[in-house]
Amino acid sequence: MIAEETRHRFDALVARYPEKRSAMIPILHAVQAEVGYLSPAAVEWIAQYLDLMPADVMSVASFYDMLHLEPVGKHLIYACQNLTCTLLGAEPLIRHIETRLGIRAGETTPDGKITLKRMECLAACGDGPAMQVDGEYHGRMTLEKLDRILETLQHD
Amino acid sequence: MTETGAFEKVLTRYQTIPGYRGTLPEYEAHGGYQALHTVLGKMAPAEVVDAVKRSGLRGRGGAGFPCGMKWGFIPKDSGKPVYLVVNGDESEPGTFKDRMLIEEEPHQILEGVILSSYAIGCHLAFLYCRGEFVRGAQVLQRTIAEAYDKGYLGRNILGSGFDLDVIQHRGAGAYICGEETGLLESLEGKRGQPRPKPPFPAVSGLYRCPTVVNNVETLSNIPHILLRGPEWFTAIGPPKSTGPRLFSVSGHVARPGNYELPMSVTLRQLIFEHAGGIPGGRALKAVIPGGSSSPVLTPAHLDVTMDFDSLAAVGSMGGSGAVVVMDETTCMVRVGEIVSRFYHHESCGQCTQCREGTAWLHKVLRRIENGQGRKEDLDLLLDMCDNMKGKTICVLSDAAAMPIESYLKHFRDEFERHIRDRACPFAGAAGVRKH
Repeated sequence: MIAEETRHRFDALVARYPEKRSAMIPILHAVQAEVGYLSPAAVEWIAQYLDLMPADVMSVASFYDMLHLEPVGKHLIYACQNLTCTLLGAEPLIRHIETRLGIRAGETTPDGKITLKRMECLAACGDGPAMQVDGEYHGRMTLEKLDRILETLQHD
Repeated sequence: MTETGAFEKVLTRYQTIPGYRGTLPEYEAHGGYQALHTVLGKMAPAEVVDAVKRSGLRGRGGAGFPCGMKWGFIPKDSGKPVYLVVNGDESEPGTFKDRMLIEEEPHQILEGVILSSYAIGCHLAFLYCRGEFVRGAQVLQRTIAEAYDKGYLGRNILGSGFDLDVIQHRGAGAYICGEETGLLESLEGKRGQPRPKPPFPAVSGLYRCPTVVNNVETLSNIPHILLRGPEWFTAIGPPKSTGPRLFSVSGHVARPGNYELPMSVTLRQLIFEHAGGIPGGRALKAVIPGGSSSPVLTPAHLDVTMDFDSLAAVGSMGGSGAVVVMDETTCMVRVGEIVSRFYHHESCGQCTQCREGTAWLHKVLRRIENGQGRKEDLDLLLDMCDNMKGKTICVLSDAAAMPIESYLKHFRDEFERHIRDRACPFAGAAGVRKH
């Protein structure tokens, strides 16, 4: 399930760390990028690769917000719900996304295109309300800006 | 402009250079890596530690611990490798200065890393970058590659006989990994659950070896201290809060952003002169001066200077330097609900007081905000806060309790009104304020 080339990349990665297990999070990121999410088979593969039990890998994968144990959409929207962004109007923006996409935060659109997640502070408070779309920051969000972004994602 | 307005910027001086992108040739063209040439092989490591001690540099991540003293705790001859870990897991709500330094002036961090590694005898350093900093991680990767090409990393750096390798390591989204032992666990490929202390990382840190964990901004100061001398550094700001500091100002201000200033700046100057004051002619209600873990201040505190000790003296803390400004339309119960929701989400769950306490705080604050509060809830909140402080493996529990106590201390009547009227007077259901 993991490309031979990726495996070679992991071999080089693991060799850099004094202890093999340190490569866990970089490997989880890379496998998630390749498979789409951390499926039971993916977790099993990583456990074998790192000489660990699947439960060890699951304990890590379930701890971090950016690691997905369920399939997510082709596009991922992280909407900040922390203090500064809420002070600047994040809630109505998040609800606008929910209404327009017909999903609640934490869910994926039925066509599998977009997942919306509420996130804690994204370290972009100077540009609040802030969101990340597929890893790219979008600051000083407005309903108009948001509609343009959603339009692009829905037609991709 | 005030005295602080004329302050000559150090860490963000690059912002005055048109078109600056933070590449190695640009960094060098403006004085970068001069400290490395001056120090490596020419100053003894112990002299470097001594210079940083004399500079008075205190950690910029949250605790304000003296950097040179932290380095001094590394045992001289443990026979084990020594590691330097850069804490770039910036996640304290309100803080956005490390991300800026990572994306815009990464070689300043790396030069600090090389000099600090030399000082403590480290030959393998880790740049732990927050998971959400996708671009930041790419920038750091490019920066490290440039430094290897130029011979600033690798074997026998600048002919000094000093070797150093650096690994960029990205997290995956967990506030608790900003706690230094949580970060070390994460770097070892585990859940980011903080370790009981002692032993402190200086004795038993990464892979049970002596380890120093320093914040991104802290390390960015090192090249300047070594090039211009500790006396130059101590001349900036108050005697016990030396050097420049980046303040991340956000919320209800006209010009949110990062402001590099001496810590002698007052809260009033920071909000009203540098950040342009509050838009719409509205009045100031409350300020969080050092990230969401820090107790709230009110307009009565506007003349406090933003140094570690003065903020402690008024019952708060300098923390991560994140200043969140709230105007008169802000509901403090709703603020408490948001802040407690955050700590509840981020509690790693190891300690009962924190795992249960953060959940209860959020639950009770939510019901008060929703008009279902009970008269006894305010004493219940204070009792819970008391049970959460000083009783856990790390300070997340304290960080969750302290702000709530402070909101009750300064705005108790607002909480009481929510309970009495069985509703939020700010129509807070739509947000912190009405839209």
